Amino acid sequence: MNRTKTLLATTALTVAAGAVSAEDMANSMTIVSWGGAYQNSQLKAYAEPYAAMHPEVSISWDESSAEAVAKLRAMNEAGNITWDLVDVEAADSIRLCDEGLAMEVDVDEMLAPGEDGSSAEDDFGDSLISDCFIPQIVFSTTVGYRTDMVGDTPPSDICAIFDLETYPGKRSLNKRPPANMEWALLCDGVAKEDIYDVLATPEGQDRALAKLGTIKDQTIWWTAGADTPQLLADGEVVMGSTYNGRLFSAIAEQNQPIGMLWDAEMLDFDGWVIPEGLPEDRLARVLDFVKFATDTQRLADQAAYISYGPARASSAPLVGQHAELGIDMAPHMPTDPANATNVFVTQYAFWSDYRDDIDAKFQAWLAQ
Amino acid sequence: MTASTTDPEKAAKGPMLAADGTPLKKSLSRALRVQKLRALALVAPLLIFVLVTFIAPIADMLFRSVENQIVSDTMPRTTKALGDWDGTGLPPEVVFEDAYYDLFVAAERKEHTRLGSRLNYELTGASSLFRKSGRGLDELGEVYQDQFKDLDKNWDEAQPWAEMMGSDDWLAKEAAWEKGERLPKFELRDGVDELLPRTAEQYAAFATFTHNDDRKSLLKEEPWSAVHTALYQDLAANDYSGYSGPHADMLKAADTLVASPDFQTLPFKDGFGEIDKDWLEPGIWRTLKLYAPKYTSGYFLNSVDMKLTPEGVEARPQNERIYIMLFKRTLFMSLVITCSCILLGYPVAYILSNLPSRTANLLMILVLLPFWTSLLVRTSAWKIMLQQQGVINDVLVWIGLVSDDARLTMINNQFGTIVAMTHILLPFMILPMYSVMSTIPKTYVRAAKSLGATDWTTFWRVYFPQSVPGIGAGSILVFILAIGYYITPEIVGGTTGTFISNRIAYHISTSLNWGLAAALGSILLAVVLLLYWAYDRIVGIDNVKLG
Amino acid sequence: MQDTGTSDAFVAFERVQKSYDGETLVVKDLNLSLPKGEFLTMLGPSGSGKTTCLMMLAGFETATHGEIKLDGKPINNIPPHKRGIGMVFQNYALFPHMTVAENLSFPLEVRKIGKSDREAKVKRALDMVEMGAFGGRRPAQLSGGQQQRIALARALVFEPELVLMDEPLGALDKQLREKMQFEITSLAHQLGITTVYVTHDQTEALTMSDRVAVFNDGRIQQLAPPDILYEEPENSFVAQFIGENNTLEGTVAEINGDRCVVKLDGGEVIDAKPVNVSKVGERTRVSIRPERVEYNKDRLQQGAHTLKAKVLEFIYMGDIFRTRLEVAGNREFVIKTRNAPDQVRLSPGTEIEIGWLPEDCRALDAN
Repeated sequence: MNRTKTLLATTALTVAAGAVSAEDMANSMTIVSWGGAYQNSQLKAYAEPYAAMHPEVSISWDESSAEAVAKLRAMNEAGNITWDLVDVEAADSIRLCDEGLAMEVDVDEMLAPGEDGSSAEDDFGDSLISDCFIPQIVFSTTVGYRTDMVGDTPPSDICAIFDLETYPGKRSLNKRPPANMEWALLCDGVAKEDIYDVLATPEGQDRALAKLGTIKDQTIWWTAGADTPQLLADGEVVMGSTYNGRLFSAIAEQNQPIGMLWDAEMLDFDGWVIPEGLPEDRLARVLDFVKFATDTQRLADQAAYISYGPARASSAPLVGQHAELGIDMAPHMPTDPANATNVFVTQYAFWSDYRDDIDAKFQAWLAQ
Repeated sequence: MTASTTDPEKAAKGPMLAADGTPLKKSLSRALRVQKLRALALVAPLLIFVLVTFIAPIADMLFRSVENQIVSDTMPRTTKALGDWDGTGLPPEVVFEDAYYDLFVAAERKEHTRLGSRLNYELTGASSLFRKSGRGLDELGEVYQDQFKDLDKNWDEAQPWAEMMGSDDWLAKEAAWEKGERLPKFELRDGVDELLPRTAEQYAAFATFTHNDDRKSLLKEEPWSAVHTALYQDLAANDYSGYSGPHADMLKAADTLVASPDFQTLPFKDGFGEIDKDWLEPGIWRTLKLYAPKYTSGYFLNSVDMKLTPEGVEARPQNERIYIMLFKRTLFMSLVITCSCILLGYPVAYILSNLPSRTANLLMILVLLPFWTSLLVRTSAWKIMLQQQGVINDVLVWIGLVSDDARLTMINNQFGTIVAMTHILLPFMILPMYSVMSTIPKTYVRAAKSLGATDWTTFWRVYFPQSVPGIGAGSILVFILAIGYYITPEIVGGTTGTFISNRIAYHISTSLNWGLAAALGSILLAVVLLLYWAYDRIVGIDNVKLG
Repeated sequence: MQDTGTSDAFVAFERVQKSYDGETLVVKDLNLSLPKGEFLTMLGPSGSGKTTCLMMLAGFETATHGEIKLDGKPINNIPPHKRGIGMVFQNYALFPHMTVAENLSFPLEVRKIGKSDREAKVKRALDMVEMGAFGGRRPAQLSGGQQQRIALARALVFEPELVLMDEPLGALDKQLREKMQFEITSLAHQLGITTVYVTHDQTEALTMSDRVAVFNDGRIQQLAPPDILYEEPENSFVAQFIGENNTLEGTVAEINGDRCVVKLDGGEVIDAKPVNVSKVGERTRVSIRPERVEYNKDRLQQGAHTLKAKVLEFIYMGDIFRTRLEVAGNREFVIKTRNAPDQVRLSPGTEIEIGWLPEDCRALDAN
């Protein structure tokens, strides 16, 4: 709604005007994230520099992102929002936005322009997948494999998952349909551009499940991103899907005999949402923080701690080396041109419509 | 006193009197009332606590499982109009008109996407349809807004609109309003609701929103395009040549414009069709009609693999049926887990209860040890134990019981869930068993033996029946805990070892379909109560002891 | 010890010892035999070994050493359920999940007795204890005395020849206890069963038993019929334990057959019957029952020694008077006199002179 936009813009202007006087901003902030290495990268790249600039601000962290959607709804119903900034996956941001639980964001007003001079909206580009989403990183769901269990012909094609003859042994796949369904159709001969059209039909869904059915009894279905790296490390599976950052740390940081595929990986985003209904002083502080934490340099800095790509185009040239290992991080980014020759960008609109329907069918199929 | 109670003469005279002459019953109940009040005061904190943390959430859950007010609250006019529609083909234009005005306000209030998410549970695609329509409806109204604006730019100004629609009294107050004060309640000008009925209604809706949600003065905010759409409708329906109110010229000019053949119109149905062709399919309208009531059985029907359709209740297609199977599996596996807890726990509890208390206490710490470890750690440990490259398989391969290429699958299936959950719930079985067994005097066993019973007969006829209350208490505890477990099945259950609670958790935290989660939870609660009732009928609930 | 004639004994303990910890003996060299049909009571303070003996007989404890014989056959290695001994427990041990009739039927069922036979026996047993109408009740619905009767009936219903009772009346009030004492003894005699009865209540032991075995410190101190036990205690433990007793300590001054002279520690000299003393100069404790003390000089023998006494307290007890005196430094010396019309009521402070027949005053060991 354009009216809403102007309205928001005026709010933001008021806030931006108020940003000069720090007294109007709250001095404490609760940020919700995923914990682990990812949260640590946010702490190092965003929070610590911000705290150095604003010593009066205390930031507390809550590792509740996995339940963020449900918790935000509960807080909203109770009328007591205790979080100021929440890190969520792109798909969740759509749901939060639809439910009116996240604040709509005027990207150009609230976020810093790119360091190369581009407007924030252009700099973030496709990653702005919902009105409430402030993108941070690009990650991909891809496939890792045991280098010592695939013989002399390591897989280079995503369809290796379905190739039990060349690569016998167990696989691990997500217990939720996204990525699995797309890959199944792709490997069943559906052209890449037709996949979501096919998947929208019951026949297409059955076709994807039938393809998955060929490896069903050889598959371990994972529920957490850490499962596949562990299963690979234990030799429980020969290959499995997970997030590229998890595979990077298993390969580069733990030196496991694991390789990874950069083929038909599902590109996805992770970013911030601001809960709807924050009091003015807290909102002012959050906006101040977010503007800082999502500028070109900060997003590039984060890549030194974890192998997820910055969501801004202008950050890519600034990506440097791993903070501890000293290796160049750019080649490990899902956004690196060499890695992104054949990618899927997750169709959020499709999944927000079909999630419930396909998930019910998928779970029923799993349980059979 | 004892003499008087047996004295028939005195008893015949009437009720017993206390020493001060008041009826004895009365003074007794007065004395008891104080006691009761004191007892109530003592339990009050707990009572309130239970009410707030237990009863209220359960009541809320039961309510949510049937509650469906969002449809009629968000689209009040549409749901009412759909009541007259027979459900065949497309609804009449008037329903589209109502849907336009309803959705327009909903979109301004950012409630349309919420309704879309709600309807998406019933009709795939509703979510994006509503999201898209929020943006598209503006364009529909702009057809009229732009033409009026081109005629006279005052049609896109706040002041003339307010003067035309609002009463003089209110206008004065609104003009005097300053930021931070309460905005004066909007009043329609006398007669304007008869003159321009649709416009007045839409302007009033706009005024309410601007005042309440935006907290802005109507003298500063130009109305949204739905008001212009309403104006067009009014102008097309009536003749305004006799109008003499404020801005009469403006209105008369607009009336002339609308009457001219050049004036561009867009029927609501076509407008919706332009936004998304799905609006021209009967599906979304039938779903809206079906879910228009404030309360619905839809969630419960979903919970038992059924579906509410305009034709009545139908079973879901075979490949979407999941809940009944999950309910059955949850009950069956909880039962198996309870039985294995009994089998494993009974001997342990028996030995513990027969040991000297010092040794028993020491061993009891071992029984309770699992409680000191986090649930996740314990479950993950089972993963390492049971997986194919895990400890148990390694040992079996090493001693040659199993060949290396035929390692046993003991995890990510029902077996894994049963093993891990039996381990986790075992203390809940052992504790009540132990406390019941330690109250069984040893003399019963001696008595039975002295009466000639063998060890087995003594156990089976004398000891075991007395330990049944412990088994009962332990079983109820373990069963009820098992039925609601979801973390362990999620981690080690694979595809065949997950429970209904995993689905409930999914709907609570991922799909946000709390209504369905509530319905599933209510059914689970009903099943537990039913089993409890059955247990009471068969075994007797007084036969349950925790010690 | 006292009784070794085991040839025709129905129950016999032969040199039985029992130790739980391998360091101390709780039963020390026990020899005991009782003929068929006898009602024997094991009496003693707690920890004296009486219950252990009973449990060894029942088979719930094994003898560390020695042999226990039942009807001439050693039973040490026979498990309790094959011994065929009826037992009544302290808290009755009625199975709470069974009705009264089921409780009684239980020993018959395990003996594979047919249903009709069983029912007849249960009915007879219930009638025997006058509880015929209570067969359908649960034990918890019965009073203590009723439970006691059922426990008795259950121990008897399978017609054992030996019945053991472990303080069966301990939980009952006094009146009921006295009633049950009578019923148990008359039943036991009527049925001709051999009974071993354990109690720490000496009145119970005296009123019920054919013979009483007084236990202390793992040994039988005296085994005798009640009257002998009361009147002729063989050592100072039995004298103290059975009935009320006055003791005075001193040294044996002279022994002449069944008479001796004891010089008390306070210097007074009295006559006594030597029971547990053998030579002059030995320390002794003389024991006189309160009802055998005389202060009416006419009733004393010529030339008997008398002692001075001071009345400290007079208690009126209805049928008797109980007077506490200070005698030879002992302020707990009690005398009992029958409440007869001519009886003098002694008032505190009065100085009197007391004496006794030498055969009523027993010179016992000083332990």
